[in-house]
Amino acid sequence: MQLNANIPGGPLAQKWDRHRFELKLVNPANKRKFNIIVVGTGLAGGSAAASLAELGYNVKSFCIQDTPRRAHSIAAQGGINAAKNYQNEGDSIWRLFYDTVKGGDFRAREANVYRLAQISNEIIDQCVAQGVPFARDYGGLLANRSFGGAQVSRTFYARGQTGQQLLLGAYSALMRQVAQGRVTMFPRREMLDIVVIDGQARGIIVRNLITGETERHAADAVVMCTGGYGNVFFLSTNAMASNVTAAYRAHKKGALFANPCFTQIHPTCIPVHGTYQSKLTLMSESLRNDGRVWVPLKPGDDRRPGDIPEDERDYYLENKYPSFGNLVPRDVASRNSKEQCDKSKGVGETHLAVYLDFKDAIQRDGRDVIEKKYGNLFQMYEKITAENPYETPMMIYPAVHYTMGGLWVDYNLMSSVPGLFVLGEANFSDHGANRLGASALMQGLADGYFVIPYTIGGYLAGTPLKPVNTDHYEFKDADTAVNEMTRKLLDINGSRTVDDFHRELGMIMWDYCGMARNNDGLAKARGMIQKLREKFWRDVTIPGQGVDFNQSLERAGRVADFLEFAELMILDALERQESCGGHFNEGFQTDENEALRDDDNFCHVSAWEHRGAGEEPVMHKEPLVFENVKLTQRSYK
Amino acid sequence: MTKTINLTLKIWRQSGPGSKGRLETYIANTISTDMSFLEMLDVVNEQLTLDGKEPIAFDYDCREGICGQCGCVVNGRPHGPENGTTLCQLHMRHFSDGDTIFVEPFRARAFKIVKDLVIDRSPLDKIIQAGGYISASTGGCQDANAILIPQDTAEKAMDAAACIGCGACVAACPNASAMLFVSAKVSHLVLLPQGRPEAAQRVVSMLKTMDELCFGNCSNERECEAECPKEISIINIARMNREYIKAGIASTVQ
Ligand SMILES: Cc1cc2nc3c(=O)[nH]c(=O)nc-3n(C[C@H](O)[C@H](O)[C@H](O)COP(=O)(O)OP(=O)(O)OC[C@H]3O[C@@H](n4cnc5c(N)ncnc54)[C@H](O)[C@@H]3O)c2cc1C
Ligand code: FES
Repeated sequence: MQLNANIPGGPLAQKWDRHRFELKLVNPANKRKFNIIVVGTGLAGGSAAASLAELGYNVKSFCIQDTPRRAHSIAAQGGINAAKNYQNEGDSIWRLFYDTVKGGDFRAREANVYRLAQISNEIIDQCVAQGVPFARDYGGLLANRSFGGAQVSRTFYARGQTGQQLLLGAYSALMRQVAQGRVTMFPRREMLDIVVIDGQARGIIVRNLITGETERHAADAVVMCTGGYGNVFFLSTNAMASNVTAAYRAHKKGALFANPCFTQIHPTCIPVHGTYQSKLTLMSESLRNDGRVWVPLKPGDDRRPGDIPEDERDYYLENKYPSFGNLVPRDVASRNSKEQCDKSKGVGETHLAVYLDFKDAIQRDGRDVIEKKYGNLFQMYEKITAENPYETPMMIYPAVHYTMGGLWVDYNLMSSVPGLFVLGEANFSDHGANRLGASALMQGLADGYFVIPYTIGGYLAGTPLKPVNTDHYEFKDADTAVNEMTRKLLDINGSRTVDDFHRELGMIMWDYCGMARNNDGLAKARGMIQKLREKFWRDVTIPGQGVDFNQSLERAGRVADFLEFAELMILDALERQESCGGHFNEGFQTDENEALRDDDNFCHVSAWEHRGAGEEPVMHKEPLVFENVKLTQRSYK
Repeated sequence: MTKTINLTLKIWRQSGPGSKGRLETYIANTISTDMSFLEMLDVVNEQLTLDGKEPIAFDYDCREGICGQCGCVVNGRPHGPENGTTLCQLHMRHFSDGDTIFVEPFRARAFKIVKDLVIDRSPLDKIIQAGGYISASTGGCQDANAILIPQDTAEKAMDAAACIGCGACVAACPNASAMLFVSAKVSHLVLLPQGRPEAAQRVVSMLKTMDELCFGNCSNERECEAECPKEISIINIARMNREYIKAGIASTVQ
């Protein structure tokens, strides 16, 4: 298979303009003749569905939650980046582009990232016009803050609820289109397969989560915006319904999966505190603007934080990285927390935590100022832990947060299946091996508001599409297969619950494919996953019926896919014999324990092809060509 | 330090919208006080599953108090006894050993029960469709800093925009009114200069739709404000009423 990223020619800064000019247009009067399915209503899907409908296309929009407004994007806290340079600090499109490529440890496509930086400014304009109440300075201008991996303040925010406000913006645009009859909403639906006819994506099979019945939907193109797969680790900061199912089933129908092993472990989350725990809670990275990270200098020091004098504390990030300090990128911060805990300097009951201390900031700026910036985060922390962070330092530990890997897409955001487009966290496109904070919201909205409206037009205008309907045998077969799988799951009647299997899988992934990996561990994990999968299909128990509201069955389907997909992550991690960004193989590190890349052999995207059950997947390489930035050892000292 | 408690639960079970529901009793022993309420229900469900019984259906997604998908009436109060807290953020440390806890779905004429504790809140989406937006299609917007918005105004808009659309206000209201929900959206948008042009039409259309969808009227009971997990203020209802009156005047002048 030949992978063509379809990157336009010409100088970097002109590629997007030129490409938009070269893309074919759909005549405005013809747009209503095209049906587009958009799966997912997060920032990517919500913005895409609304924008496509505004252009005149017929859109069907699907999501798992009871309303589109609840997509996982709602939980994003810290902010969204843009290259506005409102703070006059020397920011620019080029700097945002460079920071993102470098932050991703040089494993992303230059052209995509540059386009993202270019579009970033328009996103802020759009959101303000929709009524997103971003934070403002006293004079009424927009306020900014800094995020990790950047030395400028380019992050726009709405308290600690930026994702919520951006999503409500996209959701309101979507509701407006529903009212106008241009979008039909299908909430409480789970996509369980795509339908490919004559090599083109022409529809989907969904399960109606209320009735349990399957439904067939046909279209001229399918846009998948189904989010990330962090829940393969069981515990993560993702919402409970976040899954790999949509992406993985599309993968089984021919869409290549790129860089599955690139996962982001976020440094500042509330530590794990019990076996019953169902998810982990993020404490926004923005807290590192004012919080100082430290551990006791002496291993095993169990005194209360207030009893440890200044000179017996190790502010390890500030000491090790004087120029970025507490604002190093996430992968670096997470690895350093782990290193401190490995040296027995971890704090709290489990010793798997470090302090994030606001004492100095409160002394410097006053409690009011800190409360205004982070009040809701402090409150959330206190609710969960019953400790008051204004008085005692927070305890934090890294947790799975985001997945840079995803379905492979070209510059048009089209997957290797023609007519199947993938947007937002579900694709692999812009963040390389590590995503910088406040860049996922930017990417989701860039993809949905400002990329797909043009590129899908190019596809629809330039591709012959035969009329199809849902009686086509491909629809029938896919529908039958989905129901068959449901029946198989319900028939097992074993002795362990779905969550029990999921938790065990999560432990394997965390221990062997988490913050640090090595070849022996990965090889071992592969065997463990295969065994666990086999046990699952023999011994899981799922109560209730298929044609009913059945949450155990929903979860079972997702876990079944995670159990297959986890192995692909392991394979990908094993294949990439280097360290880069979030993929840290202990066999490849610098003298200072930083990730050691191998640009000669691994400067590529690994795109995996599914070859059928029981067959080894095949890896295709898309070489990454850097014409505008020089590949360097990332340094944040 | 972690403590455990033993509880008796009385939980509403109902197999579907048309069927009859009833309260059933469950025993939940050795519940860690660090658990969230939903994690406690998870533990009960795991046991039910292993016993070959159908687990309790309840809604959730983010489990951090922002998506608005969770919510039940716990001991008579939507989202339970703690103010300003969604059910997923309610921790078991607020209960005592030996407590009996009643768990029921949000009840309102406009919300149908789907199953057990799961309800259909789609009427709230319909209210938003009636005008809870600013008509700014994608593209061609002016620079974000072109219109200054005083910090105080932006903060007030944000206070209203913090609504998570969970429906607790409706469940709390003796009239099952959605006034707090509607007024939060109306206030958020009307406070901002971008939202002014459509102000009159928006408030009239959203309130009309609210009525059509069988939500009740506001009689100043203030229960909504007391139960709102995001502590949205009823000042918003006063602001909406002013907007509604203004809209009426504007239409008679025309
Ligand atoms: C706690 C937290 C805080 C974050 N904070 C920030 C931040 O401050 N800044 C930042 O830039 N990024 C942040 N991120 C990352 C960012 O929020 C996500 O990457 C981004 O929102 C993903 O958006 P999306 O539209 O791609 O997918 P999502 O928002 O995950 O939406 C997925 C959609 O797909 C639907 N779906 C999924 N599977 C199916 C299926 N099988 N069938 C039908 N529908 C399906 C879901 O219902 C949902 O509507 C944060 C992430 C977390 C977890
Ligand atoms: S689960 Fe999201 S608010 Fe409770």
